[in-house]
Amino acid sequence: MTKFLETLDRRWIFLAMGLLVLLPLMFPLSLPLTVSPRVRAFEAAIARIPDGSTVLMSCDYDPAGIPEMVPMTQTALRQLFDKNCKVVVTCLWNGGPGLVDNVVRGVAAEKHKQDGVDFVNLGFKEGREAVMVLMGQGIANAFPRDYQGRESRSLPIMLHVRDYSSFPLLVNISAGYPGVKEWVQQVQGRFHLPMVAGCTAVSAPEFYPYLQSGQLLGLLGGMAGAAEYEKLRNEKGSATRGMDAQSLAHVFVAICILLGNWVQWRKRREGGS
Amino acid sequence: MKREFPLLITAGVGLFMILSFFVPHEIVSVPADFLQQCAIIVVAFGYVLGGANVLKLNADQVYRRTPGWPYKLVLVASLIATVAIGLVEGRGFLNPGMRSKWIYDNLYAPMSATMFAMLAFYIASAAFRAFRIRTVEAGLLAAAALIVMLGRVPIGHVLTSWLPAPLQLPAVQDWVMEVPQNAAKRAILIGAALGVMATGLRVILGIERSYLSGKD
Repeated sequence: MTKFLETLDRRWIFLAMGLLVLLPLMFPLSLPLTVSPRVRAFEAAIARIPDGSTVLMSCDYDPAGIPEMVPMTQTALRQLFDKNCKVVVTCLWNGGPGLVDNVVRGVAAEKHKQDGVDFVNLGFKEGREAVMVLMGQGIANAFPRDYQGRESRSLPIMLHVRDYSSFPLLVNISAGYPGVKEWVQQVQGRFHLPMVAGCTAVSAPEFYPYLQSGQLLGLLGGMAGAAEYEKLRNEKGSATRGMDAQSLAHVFVAICILLGNWVQWRKRREGGS
Repeated sequence: MKREFPLLITAGVGLFMILSFFVPHEIVSVPADFLQQCAIIVVAFGYVLGGANVLKLNADQVYRRTPGWPYKLVLVASLIATVAIGLVEGRGFLNPGMRSKWIYDNLYAPMSATMFAMLAFYIASAAFRAFRIRTVEAGLLAAAALIVMLGRVPIGHVLTSWLPAPLQLPAVQDWVMEVPQNAAKRAILIGAALGVMATGLRVILGIERSYLSGKD
């Protein structure tokens, strides 16, 4: 057995991982989800803002983050649109604006929202933290034109938007840099704009201190966070469907760690005796 | 003077931007805005410089037929085609129905997502071959990793639902993340912030000069 595992071709590991991801997507196991306090806080923070407010949503990710970022963006947009909130969307990742536009338009169409009136995608602007600070002096200063090339100031949704003080909440969905940390440091800390965030599972631990200090009002961590948010909102989206596959993949990685070490331990024992 | 003048500009602009953080009056905020805009424009030009650099390096390697040159040829051809199509389509090149949008949706997005998705396979392989527990510290790391990995997904709850609630994997995982992880992370954040402040001060005071010529 030790010999077999020692010489195991890694393509078998790839195959097993592929099947463990694929099969639960085809035949769902419907494992039970429990909603964490961080996700409840995220949902509650959005629920607390007055109906009809204008909310800033920064979607800082690119196609690599689709499985984790897109479901949480969709659910957050649905919650905001259900409250008749207007949403001003920005993107600080150069690979993301096309994807973000598809996501925003998809949810807006589903909720019968009008471009330029109920939502606007201001698109991408290079400059990272400099853009965040510049937006503090005027949103339209930083984004003079929207993603479609229209003058931002001429859009009905932007008539009452001046700077960060025009928003009761910032929703940031981010897959890395620039992202949650930079928004907290440059905008929440400086302009005192209440903020909730969604991020990848690997970066979530980095933001727990901000959550505990109250700088973040809620946090969605990875696909699990997105799935919990979907459950809280009674939705059955792609995050919920993906959780079974992620569960089995995690178990498989855990087994790989244990088996790999067992093989090494046996080898050392055999070598010693 | 060749070195002193840039150092003076750096110190002046650095101190002015710090001042703008504390003084919202327009005498300070308007020039600070202008400087921020300038920074954004300079960064945007970086894209042109970066693109030209990628093109030059790869075209040169294709010309010299270095190993892997066909891949570089694909890169150069894709770069030129994407930029050319974008230029021809002009403003609104990413609007629905445009060729650039098609390239983004059907080539860039799936390839980018595929690259990231492949990580799952390599992580599993690396977990089997490379994650060796040889010391107590590595053992603690492995235990924490297993708890968090299984506690974050629904199967962690299913596997330990027979245990009292505080001992179930999701609860233990929450404790690991909220207490030891959070304490360590906070220390790292404070340390990194102090480091950034120190570096900023060194640049403003002219002690750190490597950005001028690559030498201290």
